[in-house]
Amino acid sequence: MDARDIKDKIEQGIPGARAEVSGGEAHFAAEVVSPAFEGKSRIEQHQMIYALFRDEMARQEIHALSIKTATPAASGRRDA
Amino acid sequence: MSDPILDMIKKEIEGNTIVLFTKGTAEMPMCGFSARAIAVFKEMGVPFKTVDILPDPRIRQVLSAYSNWPTTPQVFIGGKFVGGADIIAEMYQNGELKPLVEQALKGK
Repeated sequence: MDARDIKDKIEQGIPGARAEVSGGEAHFAAEVVSPAFEGKSRIEQHQMIYALFRDEMARQEIHALSIKTATPAASGRRDA
Repeated sequence: MSDPILDMIKKEIEGNTIVLFTKGTAEMPMCGFSARAIAVFKEMGVPFKTVDILPDPRIRQVLSAYSNWPTTPQVFIGGKFVGGADIIAEMYQNGELKPLVEQALKGK
């Protein structure tokens, strides 16, 4: 499992998601922007991502996955 | 058949305004993420409890099922799950955490 696999899995698993994933050796960080986060609490947004990696985390292929989420609107403000 | 571990977890959550389930303790955190969350509450100078999950691997399994959150640390404030190290750091930086903590401590 590397950053590329995680990025693909997030972008396939969460509708309209754009993910930037960095890290290696089971420690990763992901920034994910998706309209699917609209109206969801931060915890719910993170849980959507953790749910995609339940097995990998159980097998300790992913030891740490720090997450930053935003809706397109919120991330737009940050990039502007 | 009640689960003693689940009972312990609930007791800690209900018995402490701020409780962090961490790898290691406040004095000896054993993981960077746990240390980061602990540091936030130390910096705020508020009373908080840490529960070390390392001594018994079942704690983490029961806790993760209870909060539907696979990693540690896990932070509960006023009996409610607030998040892990990322969310706590983000809330602290954007000023959301302080009012939440003060309100929970007042509500006690």
